[in-house]
Amino acid sequence: MTAETTELSLPSRIDTVATAAAAVAEFLSRSGITEDAAFGIDMAVREAVTNAVIHGNQQNENKTVDVTLKSSPDAVEISVHDQGAGFNPEDVPDPTAEENILKASGRGIFFMRSFMDEVNWLIRPGGGTTVRMLKRR
Amino acid sequence: MAELNINERQAGDVTVLDMSGKITIGEGSVALRTAVRRLLEEGKKRILLNLAQVSYIDSSGIGELVSSYTAINKEGGQLKLLNLTQKLQDLLTITKLLTVFDVYESEPDALNSYK
Repeated sequence: MTAETTELSLPSRIDTVATAAAAVAEFLSRSGITEDAAFGIDMAVREAVTNAVIHGNQQNENKTVDVTLKSSPDAVEISVHDQGAGFNPEDVPDPTAEENILKASGRGIFFMRSFMDEVNWLIRPGGGTTVRMLKRR
Repeated sequence: MAELNINERQAGDVTVLDMSGKITIGEGSVALRTAVRRLLEEGKKRILLNLAQVSYIDSSGIGELVSSYTAINKEGGQLKLLNLTQKLQDLLTITKLLTVFDVYESEPDALNSYK
């Protein structure tokens, strides 16, 4: 298996979520990842791109969501970069805590962490947020 | 073709929504919200969602299920779920929502539970 990198630059619209997911599915079909892992990666990418479009770029179409897909013999790594103000992931409430279970939102980051082996955020003041997600083979 | 198709039928005093497609951010979630709000306006408060043909759901779709559940409860009604796919069951398990929703694998059992 050889290493492969694909980069996408997408507008900050809701339909970008489906566009990114389709590109990731195509990328994963070449990467030899298992069907179960592909399901989880797809889910995590949709949530990351949704967050970038809505919370990061606030659907401002002058801002892009940049997605980088990397496949290596050991892992698949996906980075999603927005141009928003950033946030502290530690401030996001646990959606499985009793007081949050019936909330209508707040499960996206939980799904990203559930389905990927590593999820971390790089926040540059004024320079946007990059979430990097890794799934080991 | 719409992202989410919803077919409505009546089984006694229970309204069954047979859903097929994706309940995801944007069109799918909005379609579910619109359908449930319309039923409540029509006074139909016993609602069964048949999810057998729902191929995909994201956190927005899960959130819409929760919103529908709380909106219907608030009106004194009942929302129940039928025929969860394994993936959806897994998502409801990890989010601890499987203990919140009344879930059935058989439509007659689901309909009888409203009596």
